Amino acid sequence: MTDMSPHQGSSAGHENAPARLGYSPVADIAHKPRATDTDPKAARRAERQVATMFLLSMLFVVLFVVAYIGIDKTTVVYIPVLGEVGASNVALGFTMGMAILLIGTGAIQWAKKLMPDVEVVQQRHDMASPKRAALEAEANYERGKEESGFARFRIIRRTLIGAMVLFPIPLVVMLRDLWTPTEFTEGKSPAELLSTTMWTPGMRIISDGTYQGAHSEIDSGGEMAGDVEAAEDSIAFRPIRPEDLPVGGLIAAIPQELPEVEHEEGNLNARGKAAIILVRMEPQDIRSQQGDGWDYQGILAYSKICTHVGCPIALYEQRTHHLLCPCHQSTFDLADSGNVVFGPAARRMPQLPIGVDEEGYLVAMSDFAEPIGPSFWERG
Amino acid sequence: MTTTSPIEKAGGATATYVDERVGSNKFLSRNLGKVFPDHWSFMLGEIALYSFIVVMLTGVFLTLWFKPSMAEVVYDGSYVPLKGILMSEAYDSALNISFDVRGGLLLRQMHHWSALIFIAAMAVHMFRVFFTGAFRKPREFNWLIGVGLTTFGLLAGFSGYSLPDDLLSGTGLQIARGIVQAVPVVGTWAAFLLFDGEFPGTEFISRLYGVHILLIPGLILALVTIHLMLVWTQKHTQFPGPGRTNDNVVGYPLLPVYMAKAGGFFFIVFGIIALVAGLVTINPIWIFGPYMPDQVSAGSQPDWYIGFLDGALRVMPNWETILFGWTISWNVFIPALVVPGIIFTVLGLYPFIEAWVTGDKREHNLLDRPRNAPTRTAFGMMAITFYMLLWVGGANDIIAVAFDLSINSIIWFLRVALIVVPPIVFVITRRTCLGLQRKDREKLLHGYESGRVLRLPHGEFIEVHQPLNEKELAVITAKHDYVPLPAPDKADADGVRNKHYRVQMLRHRLSEFFYGVNVPKPTAAEIEAGQHHAEEQAAIEAPLHEYEDSDVIFNAHGGVLHHPGMAKTNAEQVEGVDQRH
Repeated sequence: MTDMSPHQGSSAGHENAPARLGYSPVADIAHKPRATDTDPKAARRAERQVATMFLLSMLFVVLFVVAYIGIDKTTVVYIPVLGEVGASNVALGFTMGMAILLIGTGAIQWAKKLMPDVEVVQQRHDMASPKRAALEAEANYERGKEESGFARFRIIRRTLIGAMVLFPIPLVVMLRDLWTPTEFTEGKSPAELLSTTMWTPGMRIISDGTYQGAHSEIDSGGEMAGDVEAAEDSIAFRPIRPEDLPVGGLIAAIPQELPEVEHEEGNLNARGKAAIILVRMEPQDIRSQQGDGWDYQGILAYSKICTHVGCPIALYEQRTHHLLCPCHQSTFDLADSGNVVFGPAARRMPQLPIGVDEEGYLVAMSDFAEPIGPSFWERG
Repeated sequence: MTTTSPIEKAGGATATYVDERVGSNKFLSRNLGKVFPDHWSFMLGEIALYSFIVVMLTGVFLTLWFKPSMAEVVYDGSYVPLKGILMSEAYDSALNISFDVRGGLLLRQMHHWSALIFIAAMAVHMFRVFFTGAFRKPREFNWLIGVGLTTFGLLAGFSGYSLPDDLLSGTGLQIARGIVQAVPVVGTWAAFLLFDGEFPGTEFISRLYGVHILLIPGLILALVTIHLMLVWTQKHTQFPGPGRTNDNVVGYPLLPVYMAKAGGFFFIVFGIIALVAGLVTINPIWIFGPYMPDQVSAGSQPDWYIGFLDGALRVMPNWETILFGWTISWNVFIPALVVPGIIFTVLGLYPFIEAWVTGDKREHNLLDRPRNAPTRTAFGMMAITFYMLLWVGGANDIIAVAFDLSINSIIWFLRVALIVVPPIVFVITRRTCLGLQRKDREKLLHGYESGRVLRLPHGEFIEVHQPLNEKELAVITAKHDYVPLPAPDKADADGVRNKHYRVQMLRHRLSEFFYGVNVPKPTAAEIEAGQHHAEEQAAIEAPLHEYEDSDVIFNAHGGVLHHPGMAKTNAEQVEGVDQRH
């Protein structure tokens, strides 16, 4: 299908056109010869340039292997502009990159300087097949239809279509067990699971010390002296008394029983629903709450999971009592029932009713009254 | 040159051996000399292809060390700040690749960079194809495949971003889960099936892994193959130019020039990705820490290609409806699923819509200059503007901090701008295209302005117009003036009612809208006359050049007239004057 077009005139003006192969150069464009076409010195120079690039490429491969063996993977070096970087990564990337890049630049230089630079012409053809092909195909189709009796045997045709429609069903049905309930979720519907958390009446609220980010000044690699570790312990996973939280303060907190839930039992799932923040404000600043007396002396507990699409929230501005989601900037007013003041979230932050137990520690008075986190169809 | 080395002899024997079994010589004889047209913008698709090859290559290496498991382990690698921390095996192995496998970080960064470049190159390639009308008959299928490739590219990127199970990737998954839950009727169940229960569960990473390393790359590879086969059989489009017609292809033969250039370019793309990955950190997962469903860092940003979706989520008003006890989260469902659904559907259908509206059934192998299809160009710019505004929305927190603006005002600005700005861009683009068409028409009618003013013997002043050179003439005259579809009749001559009147009328109106604005190309005679006139002016000027053959000519105003071979820039002219006097 790719016929070469016949010669169009002479190629006298295009010495380096591959006319002998049956191409036709574009006769009506004036072709300016390159330096490498006319000056043998320039051609030799270009040849040397290309060979040098290929040679350097080989050299960089050697350097790569040297760097791989010689540079310790933990070495950090300071490089201007880049800053503190891993020496191994920079060296390996640079040598490998140069080795590959130089092959490319060499090849392009070769093509541009030493290979013919005269454009040639080929003819195109319509994409459509010749009429004869269409007729033959149609005749074959008719023969197939006739010989199989597809048109005549109506019942075969219909049952075949039925079978073809149904046969993928097993493949779809089997997807049902993508979710296999465990002993903890057995018998519960998705909506029920999304609507409840592990908070129960009287469960103590403990501070969340799981994440190193929260106390990163003290926790840096477990090489601290004993007394500092003790201090660390006193912050993490500790029941909270009202006096631990000053007015304007915020504590990320979890249910006391959460750390005992094993990873395999769904610790992260439980954490993703039960995580709360405690904030304390002057009681007279609280304009409204989701339930009467759900605070304790100005301490309010709200879910930490955004009602928009579920990002955890911790950006709290104590002056305005606004809570801002870092993902999509939904803003909630914690002094006003956690209502949405701006952004794409449609629903308020669920509030957890809290009180204190007989030993004076903060406890939940019940589970959340409404589902936490993003909306779902059955939520209502 | 008939000298044949032993290696060439062996190669020839191999070719014969293979040919006798698969008939390969038929293909080679036809295709080794295949001609490919040259233009810088044709390299955009090549960048996409080559970066995809680099993605696959580095991805295979990463699978050797990565463990797609959410089982809990204690980190004990070389990165000291995370020592002793509980994390998933996925994150642990991603850290190992970054710190304890030599060259592992390089591979990870090459994988990430080439993925970003892959998607960016596809997007820009798509712009090129759109604005030059390369999607027109016979290439509509290849456009559809391209839209599919872009979609799978986004999915491949997002699924890969989510695998290391660091804090950022987990946050991305949490948002994805929230979006799935917002799907009416089936959303909750779909989310539970995908994640094996509640979020985050313990299965999702290993499930996503199969999707990321097998399913999506397999689909992309299949589509890329068909895409290239179609480019091959349909032959590449070309820009108008001297000797280039709709029925030929002008360029360089596959062997050797195109092969050397394209092959060399592969190594250049590959090499640059390796250099960038060695020098510029991307996605430093060790800084983010392991994923916890109740932790997040401020300034959470997705990779650039998800930015428009994140922006849509941020800009959307907070609408939610409860209907008969069922919750419909318009605030999530519309921006995250309906908007991209519409964007990709319109994108995919565009060639068919345009063909229907214009009634254009010809094959197009010569590319349009964007100005010559003003309505299409304006549509494209409108769509890009919409996309860019969403993208700005995705970075609203960064912008708020960088420019000290209120997030609320940025969001309100975007909510209005998304509706108001794209139509304005449409109008401006169309006017600009028409202006450029007018300029082209001027050039054809009068040649181009040389900037040289001449005083004729009888006192008249003229500006010398120069005839266009061959290339310009070929490019400008390649414009085709389309005629809108005619208005339908309500009834034919015999008074029979036209049943399709309404559809035909709609089509007529759309066609008027599409083709209605156009600066007609001058007729061949007019072009001839115009260029002839310019030549005449040049002829008037010619004696002046002869007058003082190689010396500078001063006219009455002290200005300097050009003649061939003379200095062009002011500095050169001044220099020339100094030398002579």
